Amino acid sequence: MAHLLELDDVHTQLTLKDGVVRAVDGVSFHVDPGETLGIVGESGSGKSMTALSIMRLLPRSGRIAGGSIWFKGKDLTEQSEDEMEAIRGTEIAMIFQDPMTSLNPVYRVGWQVSEPLRIHRHVRSSAAQASAVSLLRKVGIPEAEKRVRQYPHVFSGGMRQRAMIAMGLSTSPSLLIADEPTTALDVTIQAQILELLRDLNRDSGTATILITHNLGVVAGMCERVIVMYAGRIVEEGRTEDVFKRPEHPYTWSLLRSIPRLDAEVHEPLHPIEGSPPDMTRLPTGCKFRPRCLFAVDRCAVEEPEMQPVGRQVARCWVTQGGTSLSERGDGG
Amino acid sequence: MTTYVLRRLLLMLPVAFLVTVGVFMLIHLTPGDPALILLGEDRSPQAIAQIHQELGLDKPLYVQYVIWIGRLAHGDLGRSITTNQPVATAIGERLPATIELGLVALLWSLIVAIPLGTIAAVRRGSLADQVATGITVAGVSIPNFFIGIVLIFVLSVSFRIFPFGGYVPFTQDPLENLRHVVLPAIALGTAGAAINMRFTRSSMIEVLNHDFIRTARAKGASWRRVVFIHALKNALIPVVTIVGLQIGGIIEGAVVTETVFTWPGVGRLAVESIFDRDYTVVQGIVLLAAFSYMIANLLVDLVYGWLDPRISYS
Amino acid sequence: MSTASALLTTEEPIRRTPIGVLVLLRGHPRVTAAGGLVALLFLVALLAPLISPHDPLAVNADNSYLPPFSPGHWLGTDELGRDLLSRVLWGARVSLPVAFVAVGVGVVGGGIIGLASGYAGGFTDLLLMRLVDALLAFPGLILAIAIVAALGPGLRNAMIAIGIVAIPVYARLVRAVTLQLKQLEFVTATRSLGATPWRLILRHIIPNLLNPVIVQVSLSAGFAILAEATLSFLGLGAQVPTPDWGQMINTGAAFLANDPWLAIIPGIAISITVYSFNFLGDSLRDALDPRLRG
Repeated sequence: MAHLLELDDVHTQLTLKDGVVRAVDGVSFHVDPGETLGIVGESGSGKSMTALSIMRLLPRSGRIAGGSIWFKGKDLTEQSEDEMEAIRGTEIAMIFQDPMTSLNPVYRVGWQVSEPLRIHRHVRSSAAQASAVSLLRKVGIPEAEKRVRQYPHVFSGGMRQRAMIAMGLSTSPSLLIADEPTTALDVTIQAQILELLRDLNRDSGTATILITHNLGVVAGMCERVIVMYAGRIVEEGRTEDVFKRPEHPYTWSLLRSIPRLDAEVHEPLHPIEGSPPDMTRLPTGCKFRPRCLFAVDRCAVEEPEMQPVGRQVARCWVTQGGTSLSERGDGG
Repeated sequence: MTTYVLRRLLLMLPVAFLVTVGVFMLIHLTPGDPALILLGEDRSPQAIAQIHQELGLDKPLYVQYVIWIGRLAHGDLGRSITTNQPVATAIGERLPATIELGLVALLWSLIVAIPLGTIAAVRRGSLADQVATGITVAGVSIPNFFIGIVLIFVLSVSFRIFPFGGYVPFTQDPLENLRHVVLPAIALGTAGAAINMRFTRSSMIEVLNHDFIRTARAKGASWRRVVFIHALKNALIPVVTIVGLQIGGIIEGAVVTETVFTWPGVGRLAVESIFDRDYTVVQGIVLLAAFSYMIANLLVDLVYGWLDPRISYS
Repeated sequence: MSTASALLTTEEPIRRTPIGVLVLLRGHPRVTAAGGLVALLFLVALLAPLISPHDPLAVNADNSYLPPFSPGHWLGTDELGRDLLSRVLWGARVSLPVAFVAVGVGVVGGGIIGLASGYAGGFTDLLLMRLVDALLAFPGLILAIAIVAALGPGLRNAMIAIGIVAIPVYARLVRAVTLQLKQLEFVTATRSLGATPWRLILRHIIPNLLNPVIVQVSLSAGFAILAEATLSFLGLGAQVPTPDWGQMINTGAAFLANDPWLAIIPGIAISITVYSFNFLGDSLRDALDPRLRG
C-alpha cells in the first residue's frame, strides 16, 4: 500500500539576521492512510517547520531548500501556489496551537467554520450555514445553532479549538496536521480535545499528524512517534516500543524527565541537562552530544545516521553499537 | 453602553467649559477696548456707549461670560458686525458647501489611501512600498494651498479642464457643481490621503502578522481572499478612527482651500471675517470647529466599539 | 481624551541611555541623509545675506516679471522687480527662526506644564491636563488662526500662536516621563536623602526626555513651518514686504497666468523644507525606537 504522505530528505532553511538556520535538516518519514503519527520535540526542533513545509506555509524568511514531499502521487514542493491552495483545507488540513488568536475576531464562528466548504466545494451560504451547525455538533459543541452566529471571543479556549477541528475536518481531508493543539489549553480540556481527535480519527479514517512537545499527549493518541532534535529525526518507531525502550538518549532523557506519581518523595527530578541548541551554531558530530549522558568520543567527530536499533530506528552511535540505554540506568 | 456615553460626556464638560472660555476671551484678549474693535469705523461716543450697554461690557467679565453662554445655549451666536446677520444663519448658509468639499476630499483620500496602503503592506519592503511611503511623507509636507495652486495652474490655467474657483450649487446644476469641487477636493484631500495611506499600511502589516491569517491560508484561501476579506476588515477598524477625526477637522482644512478656490464655505467666511474684524462670526466658527472636533472624537470611539465585536462598553 | 488622543501620547521606557550621535549617524543612513538636508537648510538661512545675488527688498519696477534664467536673475523677478532667488533664499531666514521659536515656546511651555503636572499630581495634574485637553479640542490651525485673530496679524503673533498649538504634545510627553520616574524607588530614596527636586530633574528626567523630544521637535518644526506658511499665505503672518514663502505665494497667486514661478518656487521651497524636517523626525523615530535597537 502506498504511503499517503512521504517526506524524502526534506531541507527547509530560515534566513535570519544571524545566519541561515537549517530548521528542517534532512527529514524523511511517511504517514499511511488513517494512521496517527506523533512528532515530538522541544521548541526549535523543527517539528512545526516540518508541518509548515508540508503545507507550504513557510514564513517569508523560509524556503524549502531540497527534498521531496510526496502526497497522493504529487510532489508538494513542486506545486504552484494555486495548486497548493486547492490542496490546503481540502485534502490536507492544519490546526494550530493558540485558538485564541487563530480565529478571525470580526467574523462569526459559523462563517469561519464553513469557509473551507464555501471555498472548495462551492457550497452556497445557506447550505454552508447548516453544515457549520452540524460540524459544531460533531465536535461536541452544545447549542450549536446559537453558537454558529457568535463571535470567537465569546467562546472558551476549548470550544475554540473544537471549532478549529470542525473547520479542519469539514472537507473530509485525508490528512489532518495538528500543531500543538492542546498546549494553550487547561489540562482537563486537553484531555477532552485529545479524545475528540482520537474519536474523529477512528470514525472518519483521517490520518493525523500530532505535533507536540508533550510525550503524554503522544502516548494516548498516536500509533507511531517521531522524535526530532535540532532539525533532524533522532528516533522513530511504534509508540509503545519507543516508550518502553527508547533507543536515543534524547528520547530517554525526555521520558525520564516526566515526574512519576509512583516515585519516592525524596527522589530528585531529572530535567534534561543544558539548553536547546543555538541553531545558528550547531556542534560537529552528533547535535545532541553536549547534553547527552551517554556520549562517547565518536559522537564528537561524526554524526550518526538513522539505523534500525531494537524495534525502532534511531540516530545514535551508542545504541547502534549495541548498548541499551535502560541498562545503563542513570548513565555514565 | 449608555452609561459609557454619559460618562464620556460628563468628562467632556470641563473641557467644553474651558473651550468656551477660550473662545469668549477671543474678543477680550485683543488689545484695546472691545467696543472699538467691534465697531470698526463708527466710533462715535454714543455708539461706543451703546455697544458697552448692549454687550454688557460694563459688567464684570464672568457675568458677560454667563450671558454669552446663556445665549449660546439658545443657539444665539450673536450677530455679524458687518452684516448684522445672525451668526448662526451666516454659518448655516455656508456650511453645506464646506461639508460637500470635506466629504468629497475624504472620498478622494480614501480612494487613494486604502488600495495604496494595502498594496504597500502586502508588498512590504518592495520598491512599490518604498515609493508609496516616500510619497506619503511628501504628501504631508506640501502645503495644501500650494497643491491647490499647482492644480489650478496645470488644470485650469494651462489646460482648461476645470474651473479655477467658484461654486455652483448641486441643486442647480449637478455636473457643474462636481466640476467645481474636483480641484479643491483633491487639494484638500491629499494630505489626508497620505496620512490614511500610512495608517492603512501599518494597520494592514500588523493584521497580516496575526495567527488567523495563517489559519485562513491553511484553509486554502487565496492571498486575494486573505487580504481583502480576512485582513482588510480588521485593518480598517483603526483607520475609521483617523477618518472620523478628519471629518471632525473639516473646517480646519477648508479654511485655506476655500480661500484658494474662492469656495463659499465656512472656512473662507472665517478668513474674511478676521480681516473684516467681524469677531462674532470668528467666534462662532471657532466654536463650531472645536465642538465638531470634540464630538467627532467621542463618536469615533463609539463607532470603534461597534465595529470591533471584542469591545464592549459595559 | 479618547482613542484619538491616545494616538498622540507617547510611552517611553525608563532608563533609556541617550544614543550617541555618531552611533546614530553610522548605523542609520536615513538619519544622516535627513540630517544633511536640514543642515543644508540652516546653512542657506545663515548664509542668505552672503549668497543672495540681490537685496530681496530692492524694488526695480523696470525689471518686473522677468522669467527664470534671465541674466542676473536666475529665477526671474516678481511684480515689483525684486529678485526671486534672493527672496526665496531670505525666506529661509524668516521661516526657520519662526518655526524654532514657536517650537521652543511649545517645548518650554509644554515642558513646564508637564513637569508640574507629573510631579505635583493630584488636583494640579487634573487641572493642567484639562487645560491641555482644551487646547487639543481645537484643530491646530484653527487654534493658531484664532489666536492670531485675537492678537492681530504679524510674524510675532504667529510665532506665539503656533507655539501655543505645540504645547499639548510636549506637556503630555514630559508628564508621561515624569510620572514613570516618580514611581521609581530611587526617586523617593534620593528625596529622602535631601536631594532637591531640581537635581532630580536635571539628572534623571532630562536624559530620558532627550530621545522622544528630539524626534518630536523635528516633527514639530515641520508642522510649524507649514503653519507659518499657511498663516502668512492667509495674510495673518508675515506682512508685505517681508520675503516669506507663504506670503510670496499669496501675492504670486494673482499672477498665475502670466508668471507662475512667483507662486511655484516658494511653494517648492516650503515643501522641501517641511519634507526635510518630517523626514528627519521619521528617521530619528525609527532609529531611536527601542524595539528596533539591538
